[in-house]
Amino acid sequence: MSLWEYANPVKFMALSGRILPWTAALSAICLVVGLIWGFFFTPDDFRQGSTVKIIYLHVPSALMAINVWFMMLVTSLIWIIRRHHVSALAAKAAAPIGVVMTLIALITGAIWGQPMWGTWWVWDPRLTSFLILFLFYLGYIALWSAIEDNDTAADLTSILCLVGSVFAVLSRYAVNFWNQGLHQGASLSLDKEKNVADVFYQPLLVCIAGFVLLFVALMLLRTRTEIRARRTKALLARERMA
Amino acid sequence: MMPDLGKYADAVLSAYAATIVLILLLVLVSVMQSRRAKAALKEIETRRNG
Repeated sequence: MSLWEYANPVKFMALSGRILPWTAALSAICLVVGLIWGFFFTPDDFRQGSTVKIIYLHVPSALMAINVWFMMLVTSLIWIIRRHHVSALAAKAAAPIGVVMTLIALITGAIWGQPMWGTWWVWDPRLTSFLILFLFYLGYIALWSAIEDNDTAADLTSILCLVGSVFAVLSRYAVNFWNQGLHQGASLSLDKEKNVADVFYQPLLVCIAGFVLLFVALMLLRTRTEIRARRTKALLARERMA
Repeated sequence: MMPDLGKYADAVLSAYAATIVLILLLVLVSVMQSRRAKAALKEIETRRNG
């Protein structure tokens, strides 16, 4: 059995139909457990006070904002190289989820920044590259909507996705590339010294799992919607020609 | 039950409220679009087969 078999819409619909309820349920469980654990049962940080509880929203959403774009990059490359329609539709389906994740990261970051940095916004390398990534998401969605022909739209949005990947990388590594600005380094690291304390780390991991599963569930649901919409469009076109 | 959020209560609660509203909106819109696409396809397939 090959992974490419699932580029067949019929096989994709069958498999995604089976996986979707499980990912949705697991995502809901992880989000409820992680957020309740983080909000109600973790202490305040000695420097940040209770604003540390925003970490359970900000870190997973920022992580997803960047990784959703990378998922779109992979599926766009598959479209460009192998012309599998399901991969182009999966990229299209993922973009609105990426927009919401980026927006959550920007909003929760601003809400945290006001009491901690004394400002809602600063033109810091990471914040600025994140804002540009948000604009790329909007541009990507607008480009899909602006072009009638699906294949042309998939071609052009795939190119846009390749260009936008530069900003997705910058969003992730801006703190390392430019050692300036207000934004601190990554909250999660393989180096235990640099990691957040265990008491925050464990509920944070549960929240991250919840956000990842939420993305998978929504991406499957939205890709199924795109496949159905495409099929409807094809059938209507056939009816008109008959 | 409610933890004491101190002077940052507004910031923490508004961050949670904004996130929950945005996620619920995303889920709601995705489910509604899915139902609409499913119904539209079913209608045209019924018309073709019937």
